[in-house]
Amino acid sequence: MRYLPLTADDRTAMLAKIGVGAIDDLFADVPEEARLDGPIRDLPMHASEMAVERHMGRLSANNLNAGQVPFFLGAGAYRHHIPASVDHLIQRGEFLTAYTPYQPEIAQGTLQVLFEFQSQVARLFGTDIANASLYDGSTACWEAVAMAGRITKRNRVVLSGALHPHYTSTVKTMAKFTKDIIADAMPTIQGLPDNSGLIARIDDETSAVVVQYPDILGRVGNLQEVADAAHAKGALLIAVVTEPVALGMLKAPGALGADVVVGEGQSIGVGLNFGGPYLGLFGCRQKYVRQMPGRLCGETVDADGKRSFVLTLSTREQHIRREKATSNICTNSGLCALAFSIHMTLLGGGGLNKLARVNHSRARQTAERLAQVPGVRIINDNYFNEFAVMLPRDARDVVRELADMDVLGGVSLGRLYPGADQLANGLLVTATETTTAEDIEAFGAALEQLLSGDGA
Amino acid sequence: MNAPNKSGWKPEMHADSAAPVPLTASGDRGLMLEEKLIFELGGPDNCGVDIDEPEYDVMPSLSGNLRAEPAPLPGLAEPETVRHYTRLSRQNYGIDLGPFPLGSCTMKHNPRLNEKVARMPGFADVHPLQPVQTVQGALGVINELAHWLIALTGMYGVAMTPKAGAHGELCGVLCIRSALEAKGDAREVFLVPESAHGTNPATAAFAGYRVENIPATPDGRVDLEALKARLGPDVAGVMITNPNTCGLFERDLKAISDAVHAAGGYVYCDGANFNAIVGKVRPGDLGVDAMHINLHKTFSTPHGGGGPGSGPVVLSEALAPYGPLPYTARTKDGVIHLVEEADAEAFSEEHFDGNMRSFGRMAAFQGQMGMFTRALAYILSHGADGLRQVAEDCVLNANYILRSLEDVLEAPYAGAGPCMHEALFSDNGLAEGFSTLDIAKGLIDEGFHPMTVYFPLVVHGAMLIEPTETESKDGTDRLIASLRSVAERAVAGDESLHSAPHFTPRRRVDETLAARKPVLVYKDPTEET
Repeated sequence: MRYLPLTADDRTAMLAKIGVGAIDDLFADVPEEARLDGPIRDLPMHASEMAVERHMGRLSANNLNAGQVPFFLGAGAYRHHIPASVDHLIQRGEFLTAYTPYQPEIAQGTLQVLFEFQSQVARLFGTDIANASLYDGSTACWEAVAMAGRITKRNRVVLSGALHPHYTSTVKTMAKFTKDIIADAMPTIQGLPDNSGLIARIDDETSAVVVQYPDILGRVGNLQEVADAAHAKGALLIAVVTEPVALGMLKAPGALGADVVVGEGQSIGVGLNFGGPYLGLFGCRQKYVRQMPGRLCGETVDADGKRSFVLTLSTREQHIRREKATSNICTNSGLCALAFSIHMTLLGGGGLNKLARVNHSRARQTAERLAQVPGVRIINDNYFNEFAVMLPRDARDVVRELADMDVLGGVSLGRLYPGADQLANGLLVTATETTTAEDIEAFGAALEQLLSGDGA
Repeated sequence: MNAPNKSGWKPEMHADSAAPVPLTASGDRGLMLEEKLIFELGGPDNCGVDIDEPEYDVMPSLSGNLRAEPAPLPGLAEPETVRHYTRLSRQNYGIDLGPFPLGSCTMKHNPRLNEKVARMPGFADVHPLQPVQTVQGALGVINELAHWLIALTGMYGVAMTPKAGAHGELCGVLCIRSALEAKGDAREVFLVPESAHGTNPATAAFAGYRVENIPATPDGRVDLEALKARLGPDVAGVMITNPNTCGLFERDLKAISDAVHAAGGYVYCDGANFNAIVGKVRPGDLGVDAMHINLHKTFSTPHGGGGPGSGPVVLSEALAPYGPLPYTARTKDGVIHLVEEADAEAFSEEHFDGNMRSFGRMAAFQGQMGMFTRALAYILSHGADGLRQVAEDCVLNANYILRSLEDVLEAPYAGAGPCMHEALFSDNGLAEGFSTLDIAKGLIDEGFHPMTVYFPLVVHGAMLIEPTETESKDGTDRLIASLRSVAERAVAGDESLHSAPHFTPRRRVDETLAARKPVLVYKDPTEET
């Protein structure tokens, strides 16, 4: 109970000041029959710092972490090197233990960071503005779809089949309660994404078209073509970026006609964390600012006329308009946004470009090595840092067998697209700057060994 | 007044300084630092990371998509980066500096052990889609935490996915909607009392329901009779915050639950204030069907200037089958599975008699692992005995504040029974022209973060003070002394309060200007049109 500073004497003195005899008198409004008469049964009593650390350490050791083995997983979560200064700075107590900056005079640090973060995201995405972050990429994607409905007053959304299937599921879950959806359920397995099926589905009822860039198979498609088709029908283009490092060398979606750009910011400054916390990025055109979900920081002045920052436009939000609110979001991913912003500041535009080119380079080396494995066929005509391959048998089994050989060799398309038999042998492979030549060779050799038993 | 000297030098003077001293060239004042924006400090060619040379040039088929030049993002070398963010951090108030008594927000001490365990590589450096045989420890954390949450709330199951409290609300309401629809019962209305959190009505509306308010009684609780009168076959459920936003326990919650259930609806409880009752009463025993738990509040994970949060939802037996994918389940062989779309049906048949009927996926991956490890470490540190003490100490501290200040500030519900974890005051009784805002800004000059202001809406000029259980008596006494002093100045009409705060990096910030002319991103002055 080392976190509880009150002593027995303190408690006695405070009860006397309050004018009650016992602590349970303060729980008088809890119905007696529901009150617990002692500590919850079946749960252990308090433990020392050392004991808790030992217990958690044991649980941690019972995982194969990415740093221990050759590692090739991506599909919406990416392993990048995080400079030591990022984690050091976000642990400064004034950042770590601050709340939402409701009192701007004593929260200028957090507020300036959020303003810088918004500016960085807008510049990276090529959008006019950006918000101060959402939960993650998938929920940001849903929020973008909902926003497009408010803007266009239409409720049919066209989702690309090559949108991350978990993002598709998230949008569909929410849309079940609010909207009609048309979705291309499966990506076509071919070298380059084909926009024709997507464009054919856009009509006068379409609120938005959602396209991932690069897409779930790692392919970099023609966004401008979809943007033009969407705009011709009065629909918005929502571009989804799950790997923001790609934008270090690829054109920004906003510059290719996207009206809203959302993304997962985990790649920059935030670790894999087994799926969370992550960082939802959200940028859009200036004219949609009052329809935009989430928190915004704006520039203003203080009583002395000095540049200051403050949370603003909160009348769009839950705490003012209640049932008329455009979203129920009450928070952002402040600390993850801080990590993103610090890492992005360390990189700068030039550093990000170079990092992106190293990622691309390692992916090419990986693809070349895998192409030498008998029975393996590379699908992509182009890619940034991940690509799909076809194996001679079910990739879910191969992934498990590779793990037993201490290689974490990608994400099977069968796991991402259950029930799609034609994708069962597909494997999504990702390389980043953390991937070494030794890792690549170990992966290639392990795959050769596994598949040679198949007579491939 | 200084006369110009021979060189023509004439100082500009600090406006708010007691002694006439010149302005500094830097804008800094000793340790009160001015810090430029990164856009004014660095350029795209500055870099604080050494990156390998790429071995390959780009693929020909990518050339049409390549950037002509790097993204216009400023970079800084590592020393400048460390200074920039360190200097910014000093313009912030955090719980590490002192009490942070924001009501309804629960700002308690942030144990550093929790930070340490969250960074263990088996949790921080594992991928959400790794084969489950390689992440049994991480799944073990989720299962162990889930077990605790169920035990502490007396519920049947728990959905771990939601990424924050409001996301948890949405999850709970979607479970309710799914359960009703499974019965072919399409109800349209959700009832939300006035004393509920602001997110509650927004959530119900976002889930497709029409929201109707239920009034509060004069003693700050849900009006049971008004609620009963509104119940009917069109009401899907009710959202209640308990303890509520007035800091009071909803005495009638069991009666409310019984009435709602009798009318065929479900009870959603906002568990944001669970730290006030943890270990003392289990919401399941009061008839609650769904309740989110803000792990960052009850089980202390860092707020980080706004997030991230985590909002697992505990569920009754009636709602548990409808929770989101993926979920974890331990089979008889001791293996913990992560049940996703691919296996959901088979798993349900084999292990749940076909009864799992998830409403689907509500986020890409399986929740806030980084928060789960922190919350589990906090729970294990306190144990069953310590968590009970948590509730008792936070309630004790809040009542101590209520009784110590009710002679100087109006406490509208002081006669309505003990408060729970937070003490509520109003600005009635201050001098003409003085309000809650003046007290808040005055408290900043005293060196404290202010309480929550103007919330809940049902109280005029509300001041909601939540000391939490990690404040010492001495610290609370100092906070009380400062609050008393500022309140007395406001009652006496001390004009200097109107211009507070005086001792901060920024004086009173113009929020109206920010909303009227939104400037949301940095624009290079040379690019101004």
